[in-house]
Amino acid sequence: MDKRLLGAALAAVVAIGLAASGGAAQAKVFRWANDGDVNSMDPYARNETFLLTFDANMYEPLVGRDRSLKVEPALATEWKQTDPNVWRFKLRQGVKFHDGTPFTADDVIFSYQRVLMPGSNLSGNFATVKEIKKVDDFTVDVVTKSPDPILPEELTSWAILSKAWCEKNNAVKPADITKNEESFATRNENGTGPFILKERQPDVKTVLVPNPNWWGKKEHNLDEVVFSIIKDPLTRVSALLSGEIDMIYNTPPEATDKIKATKGLKLLQKAELRTIYLGLDQSRDELLESSVKGKNPLKDVRVRKAFYEAIDETAIAQKVMRGFAQPTALLIGAGVNGFDESINKRFPVNVADAKKLMAEAGYPTGFEIGMDCPNDRYVNDEQICQAVVAMLARIGVKVNLLAQPRAKFFAKVNEPAYNTSFFLLGWTPQTYDAHNALLSLAATRNREKGTGIFNNGGYADPKVDELVTQIQGELDQAKRNKLIVQALTLVKDDFGYIPLHQQQVVWATRDTVNVVQLPDNYFPLRYVTVK
Amino acid sequence: MIAFIIHRLVQSVAVMLVVALIAFALFNFVGDPINNMVGQDTTAIQRDQLRADLGLNDSVVVQFARFVGHAARGQFGLSYEQARPVSQLILEKMPATLELSLIAAAMALLAGLPMGVYTGLHREGFIARTMMAVSLIGVSLPTFLIGILLILIFAVVLGWLPSYGRGPVVQLGWWSTGLLSVDGWRAVILPAITLALFQMTLIMRLVRAEMLEVLRTDYIKFARARGLPNRVVNFGHALKNTMVPVITITGLQLGSIIAFSIITESVFQWPGMGLMFIQAVSFADIPVMSAYLVLIALFFVVINLVVDLLYYVVDPRLRINRDAAHGN
Repeated sequence: MDKRLLGAALAAVVAIGLAASGGAAQAKVFRWANDGDVNSMDPYARNETFLLTFDANMYEPLVGRDRSLKVEPALATEWKQTDPNVWRFKLRQGVKFHDGTPFTADDVIFSYQRVLMPGSNLSGNFATVKEIKKVDDFTVDVVTKSPDPILPEELTSWAILSKAWCEKNNAVKPADITKNEESFATRNENGTGPFILKERQPDVKTVLVPNPNWWGKKEHNLDEVVFSIIKDPLTRVSALLSGEIDMIYNTPPEATDKIKATKGLKLLQKAELRTIYLGLDQSRDELLESSVKGKNPLKDVRVRKAFYEAIDETAIAQKVMRGFAQPTALLIGAGVNGFDESINKRFPVNVADAKKLMAEAGYPTGFEIGMDCPNDRYVNDEQICQAVVAMLARIGVKVNLLAQPRAKFFAKVNEPAYNTSFFLLGWTPQTYDAHNALLSLAATRNREKGTGIFNNGGYADPKVDELVTQIQGELDQAKRNKLIVQALTLVKDDFGYIPLHQQQVVWATRDTVNVVQLPDNYFPLRYVTVK
Repeated sequence: MIAFIIHRLVQSVAVMLVVALIAFALFNFVGDPINNMVGQDTTAIQRDQLRADLGLNDSVVVQFARFVGHAARGQFGLSYEQARPVSQLILEKMPATLELSLIAAAMALLAGLPMGVYTGLHREGFIARTMMAVSLIGVSLPTFLIGILLILIFAVVLGWLPSYGRGPVVQLGWWSTGLLSVDGWRAVILPAITLALFQMTLIMRLVRAEMLEVLRTDYIKFARARGLPNRVVNFGHALKNTMVPVITITGLQLGSIIAFSIITESVFQWPGMGLMFIQAVSFADIPVMSAYLVLIALFFVVINLVVDLLYYVVDPRLRINRDAAHGN
């Protein structure tokens, strides 16, 4: 090519670039980053916190949650039980979807049908619902199979989609990964929420702009929100330090000191709802991975207690978690309905007593046992397990640790295999209610009834099962909470699990940014202000 | 000649089949994708249904035959993570990787070649010794560390260049380019240097060694004896004759630049195929992982094939040797 021609072409390219990058300096733009992308714009695509909280900026539920996680009116203005099995919701009038179509009861009915279809991941939230009926354009009845006192709490992550829009764009069904089809709703949105999707580049960035016609009271002051993916933790922190972004959602623990010490940046932390715990196989007659043959030492409550007493959670919280953890004695944490501080006292660490208990149980020299641990799921998960290995060595228990990526880990320890003797897991109740944790973790395993699915250790106590059933049907909130305390106490005193801590949600922002941090790790953009 | 080409093609197909087998084996040995696709509240029955729908319950032979059949048509199924066709994902990510790789390769060549010539000509000089010493860093420091150091210096401390991403992109048909804007060029500098450093060192050392070799030969001595100026001897005669191995190695290295851009891409959040692969690994997104493996193998095989054929055309000695070696 002629050199002068090349020069001219380059100059033109540079000029175009300058023109494109100039302008729009005054607008209040909020830039934030996370290590992974939202998997879909379709709010039914996956039952996962990050997807739900991101899509909740565009789509809204009937019943929402406020800054203290209490339920608040969203697309429904009021609700009450008109019959033990019927919840009646009055819908908000005058609300429009982003494309301008008005919101009515038909959209609620449509969304209910859609959420139950294959490809939807949220159908589990409707376990107690029999049907949803339209009463008039702005009233719907939710009919339950049996009385469900916490139904509104269970529906807070159920976003409402527009019937007309889904039908027009062939998005009636959620994208079904098994059927080689991509739904229009995977990459586009049409909600009623405070933000509208402007640009979507999966795995790169997503741009939202405020919805000028939103029904609610505007609390943010943003003109645009740019969400970027930066997977590498050091690069993510660098981008914050260099001022390219205003906030990082998933903050690497090793960077917290640096961020704290940097002028112009601040660290936000709050105990998360998720509880990290250790589980013990109490169901098999012989452990899969142990030197003890012919019997299962973990069936003996004295051995379980010895494990508990040998593990120093305070040290784990301070040393391994660098203080970003709240030790807990229960399967649920503060913020979950049913949590009671009065029973949230861990049994003390007592190595001498633990040794004595091991001797009484017939294992004065200890034994060998396998342990499963994820290494990319929870904060410092593998390091916690390594600490546990060292602590149990003090009472003669030799732990063979197998720490692996979550995909392999979950396949091994979760249903249907339950191929584990001793493991570390975390649980957040989807309903923000203790019943969900008790049903999934403490009730006796029963595939048909759908109880104890994540009771990977096979803990079983008929008294707990009975209480779980009672809690499900009890309408009186005070009585119900008493039952929850009873059940939690039974599990605790029987050493069915060894709860460790609630990890802390750690976010980092620039000083000029104000965000509201919630214990469920939700991040609503509608509370963000930028100076 | 034709027999040689056919022979090479058959070999290439065999290599691709072996890679396909490895890629396919991923489906059976990397975790349980079901657990990643569904949430914690999904019932056991729904899980079983999904497993059956994905064909994970069929026999291994059936699954492999199905895999090769689809792969030959460029179909790798739907990404478990994004629920979109893998071929489409790869097409979207390929321009980013190719732009980065080509710029890195050009950098490596444009810097490595003159440095190699210089160090070859002045091997006792101070500058040449410094270059050799510094180039050791290029081979010995791991890529991610170089990347992080560059980010620290140029993005965090100096604030000159962006620390992540590709800058604004422009769509030209299916090809997305970041090279039409200043911000796009600014974004490519750090990752390209990171990726180019090792190759640059390699080329520099290769050129140096070749130069030293050639400068010892008789015809160079004769050229000097004839009184030709140094410039003509060094560049007209010596450099020209070092080029055959350099071109070959550079060609082959292009394949590895593309393949090993994984680390650079994840450090700089460069939205290319390597980053896609890393994300797929952490998610056990097997269709994406296997497609990537097959594609990279295809790149290598094609580049190898082209280089072999070029050799065959360019160098008559090799033609004779190869025919003898293969017994054709």
